[in-house]
Amino acid sequence: MSTGAAPASGLGRESWGPLLQLAAQEVFDTMLGSGLTVPLEPAPEGGLDITAMVGLAGQLCGVITIRCSGDSAAVMAARLLGTEPDQASHEMWDAIGEICNMVAGNFKNKISGLSHGCMLSVPTVITGGDYRLHSLADEEALQLTMAFVGSPVIISLQVHS
Amino acid sequence: MDSIRALIVDDSSVMRKIVERSLRQAGINISQVFEAGNGAEALGALQDNKVDLILCDINMPVMDGLEFVKQLAAVENAKGVPVVMITTEGSEAHVVQALSAGARGYIRKPFTPDQVKEHVLPVLARKS
Repeated sequence: MSTGAAPASGLGRESWGPLLQLAAQEVFDTMLGSGLTVPLEPAPEGGLDITAMVGLAGQLCGVITIRCSGDSAAVMAARLLGTEPDQASHEMWDAIGEICNMVAGNFKNKISGLSHGCMLSVPTVITGGDYRLHSLADEEALQLTMAFVGSPVIISLQVHS
Repeated sequence: MDSIRALIVDDSSVMRKIVERSLRQAGINISQVFEAGNGAEALGALQDNKVDLILCDINMPVMDGLEFVKQLAAVENAKGVPVVMITTEGSEAHVVQALSAGARGYIRKPFTPDQVKEHVLPVLARKS
């Protein structure tokens, strides 16, 4: 894991996008053995019916979400557990929640002063794509569209200043 | 190294399986694994079972990992049993808190089996 840390909240926000991307890529590389890539063209967002969420509270308040398809979540669970996707599908909710938890933790650990000053909630996972998220975030969400084994994965950070 | 009995404490069943798999991939011979979803469950499991190693998350409902490590000192079955924290919490303050409370090692998530080996083997060697 990279130990370089950006300055705390309010400062260095322009670096949060690259840090969130790095945090996510490290989690996928380390725990799933296959990387998240940046697609040449944004993939269509339809069918992304699994959403994992982890709340941030303290010096940084907000929520980090990861959205993907059920098939992708099952592959992630299988990679985590070293099994086949059909054997891991019943654990995909726990798995995608843990992935989101690790991404959130790895992200905050990369921002100096935030690691101890920001707490994480337990993960929540939503099934289904027909919903709107109404958080207390008062800034535009930082959203990364990436790809995992060819399928889109959308990672977002909404911040309540 | 003789086979060991391990207690894995994490509120995620997937993470408990990953930790067990990582221990085995690290070449650690495990004869029995006990699982608990939080610190209180872990204290309960230790009333009836003896283990050689405890791997414990920090952020858990009911009783977190730091409180568990503090209360572990009063558990007769757990005297001298090393605890290694495995957590997303990466600050130096958390590390100091955990080691001060009695933990012998600290692994940050995400982690590799090599990192598990690097942190757990010395702890087991010191115990034996």
